[in-house]
Amino acid sequence: MTKIVNVTIDGQTVQAEEGQTILEVAQAANIHIPTLCYHRDLTPTGNCRICVVEVEKQRFLQASCVFPVMEGMVVHTDSERVIKSRRKTLELMLANHPQDCLVCDSSGSCDLQDLAYEYQVSVPAWGAKGARYEADSDPNPFVRVDFNKCILCRRCVLACNEIQCRDVWGVAYRGFDEQIVAGADVVMLDARCESCGQCAAYCPTGALSDKMSHGLGRAHQVTKVTTTCSYCGVGCQFDLNVKDGRIIGVTSNPDAPVNGMALCVKGRYGYDYVHHPDRLARPQVRQYLLDGRPKVKGDQWVEVDWETALEIAAVKLREIRDVHGPDTIGVLTSAKCTNEENYLMQKFARQVIGTNNVDHCARL
Amino acid sequence: MTNSMADIAGQAAAMLVIGSNTTEQHPVFGTMIRRAVRTRGVKVVVADPRKIDLVEFAVLHLQHQPGTDVPLINGLMNIILEKGWEDQAFIAERTEGFVEFKAVVEQYTPERVAEITGVPVEQLYQAAEILATNKPMAVMWAMGITQHIVGVNNVMDLANLQMLLGNMGVPGGGVNPLRGQNNVQGACDMGGLPNVYPGYQAVTGEEARQKFEAAWGAPMSAKVGLTVTEMIPGAADDKVKALYILGENPVMSDPHAAHTRHCLEACEFVLLQDLFPTETLAYADVILPGVSFAEKSGTFTNTERRVQMVHQAIEPLGEARQDWRITAELAQQILKEGDRQVTGGAYAGWQYDHPAQIMAEIAALTPSYSGVSHERLDRGAQLQWPVKGADHPGTPILHVGQFARGKGKFMPIEHVPPAELPDEEYPMLLNTGRVLYHWHGGEMTRRARGLMEIYGQALVEVNPDDADRMGLNGHQRVRVTSRRGSIEAEALVTDRVPPGTVFANFHFPEASANELTIAALDPVAKIPEYKICAVKVEPV
Ligand code: SF4
Ligand code: SF4
Repeated sequence: MTKIVNVTIDGQTVQAEEGQTILEVAQAANIHIPTLCYHRDLTPTGNCRICVVEVEKQRFLQASCVFPVMEGMVVHTDSERVIKSRRKTLELMLANHPQDCLVCDSSGSCDLQDLAYEYQVSVPAWGAKGARYEADSDPNPFVRVDFNKCILCRRCVLACNEIQCRDVWGVAYRGFDEQIVAGADVVMLDARCESCGQCAAYCPTGALSDKMSHGLGRAHQVTKVTTTCSYCGVGCQFDLNVKDGRIIGVTSNPDAPVNGMALCVKGRYGYDYVHHPDRLARPQVRQYLLDGRPKVKGDQWVEVDWETALEIAAVKLREIRDVHGPDTIGVLTSAKCTNEENYLMQKFARQVIGTNNVDHCARL
Repeated sequence: MTNSMADIAGQAAAMLVIGSNTTEQHPVFGTMIRRAVRTRGVKVVVADPRKIDLVEFAVLHLQHQPGTDVPLINGLMNIILEKGWEDQAFIAERTEGFVEFKAVVEQYTPERVAEITGVPVEQLYQAAEILATNKPMAVMWAMGITQHIVGVNNVMDLANLQMLLGNMGVPGGGVNPLRGQNNVQGACDMGGLPNVYPGYQAVTGEEARQKFEAAWGAPMSAKVGLTVTEMIPGAADDKVKALYILGENPVMSDPHAAHTRHCLEACEFVLLQDLFPTETLAYADVILPGVSFAEKSGTFTNTERRVQMVHQAIEPLGEARQDWRITAELAQQILKEGDRQVTGGAYAGWQYDHPAQIMAEIAALTPSYSGVSHERLDRGAQLQWPVKGADHPGTPILHVGQFARGKGKFMPIEHVPPAELPDEEYPMLLNTGRVLYHWHGGEMTRRARGLMEIYGQALVEVNPDDADRMGLNGHQRVRVTSRRGSIEAEALVTDRVPPGTVFANFHFPEASANELTIAALDPVAKIPEYKICAVKVEPV
């Protein structure tokens, strides 16, 4: 049996299970504590110091994401001391962060920016010495790396380690030079990266972002449409990010029932086929069909309107059905299409043609 | 899958992953398995001729000879019986046919099995112990099990194993085929098969036929139709005169591509509905441009029978039309005239304004989908079929308490060797499949820039010993030839493949493994033996 304890947070007394963190208890009671390195999917590390709170009888402020509640504990999440500390922490982070929100892809979906706004902290006059790292420093085609924007929260390290279990990212060097590195400070793919993009999805700033979406639109400019992946049978869900009738990116949807935030390289980054110039734009028929001549193999293609194409196809199929019999027609439906479409295809075979010659690639 | 990915990852104590390259083919489930290993110490046994990535997370890798799955599984069951690890209560209460089954399994002694499979006797004992004594144990497989002339036997033998251990109908257990395509499960559920109506109602069954005749207002054929692997060859011997192909590319995905091309060429009329000018387009007579998943709404059913919404995000591009619209328009056009009359029938018509209406029709005619609707899914309902009514919560785990057919039947299965094994002229074995960065015939992924940047050409995996023997230096091209064709591609020298085997994919038309594969079929499922044929390999 877990022991139930009484805790007072900002004057409100709540019951909690012993061993829960202050943050968990506060969240359950709808009390807002800002966080940055914390993410509900990842092991809390308490290293960013944004979620600090004042715990009575404790000398130092405590990181609420790791500090467990105890019987009779009294917590202040919003005291002057707490606010001052959070401001200072933010100021230190911003001092070391480029001031280029104007051109940053993550503007509008950046936790650091949101916190700076919430606490009204700007880059201090003494900070921001200019770029320390090359922007877009990794050749990975999908993950854009800009460590100038890194706040060393280590969420990427945990995402790759705990969600993807691939252990690409680590922390290297000391003090001011401390830095996130792939493998032994090599490029991501050489550190066995699978390009799943989990690290970019969990990065709270623009340090790791989606390269394919770079410069194409920011959070407030896109419409997000939740849908299901078109590749494999796992059935991951995600949000297509749409701007001006184009898909400009895929973002994780934390409520996805099967996969949560996780996706693979194809689901997250394999969407550009949709807008590929090879897409067939108009119906086409072979010239011989338009001329009403017998079949000429490899005859020229002619673009036609839908009415013409459907009429020609219908006449041909009807004729073959009526002359040679329904069982001389085969219908191949598609495991890439929807249930509704598959239903119609077999209804087509069975009702319109009158054959059970309907199959798809399940065997292939 | 009888179970859900979440209950397997969360509750299985051990897993047997056989013939599934999970981390590349079902990547997110692959990471769920890796996480289960890291966080819960789940014991994973991988049985695969190739050293797939998941081996890194396995306690044991059984590297059996391709085409020896049945002897391997029989061998494990032989040891389980020898040690008394079987679940006697489960066998007594919920199964039948045990005696006949046992008689066959007893002939697969560890020594004999080691000889057939190449797996050492000690490993067989270790595997049997891990799989039998950690409960529940889940079995996962994919095309490595099914794409054989003995595909059905392989599947039945894995079901035998799970019944023997009583791992059916429990969270963290079950028999779990990982379905490949995003909606291959749904295409089957919807009756996109020659022998069944939606919901697996047999076309030969009198009752089902009458039901659909009444619903669709026309007489239905009671004869089982042709499978894809019969339909396309049927075009060459004039049995099939027309093909209506939706979103498939047989030239890339069917075995023995040269023959596939020959058959399509012979076909009188080919109607193709697709996104791209695929390799099959050369053989088409009419092309109708369909749309991608981003341009339409509907549902997909995933590998664990979960029905999920697809929401339209953008308008159809160019003049392309949503595929359900095209099929409906074509149907109406054909029914305008001709010999086949459709009369009456509550669902005889083809007037649909939205896929939600089609789902309502599906629900009315398909017992396992009767409680599925777009409206319910959009409200957030989590539905895994069977969903037996509007209030039914769905069925995350099948066969709880009872099998669908009553008692589970043990099937005695004997080993049958592959159709074509290496010989003097074609001394190596070809195994085929896909890689993480591409999908099937590559129609989509070859048109995704970043994926091509990482994996831009066909690679043939060759074992370092074989590479040495052939004088390959790692970056040389090889020619792989079978009795049916030949391809040239760059060699990837890697110990992922065992000596004597090469592995090729079918993502690239210039070097597709299906130029080489054999169209030998499983007698029941009509699945081709993609995983094994004989080839010779030479540097070029
Ligand atoms: S993309 Fe995926 S595998 Fe690569 S570093 Fe990021 S989390 Fe790790
Ligand atoms: S994101 Fe990857 S794992 Fe998920 S459904 Fe798509 S292809 Fe499968």
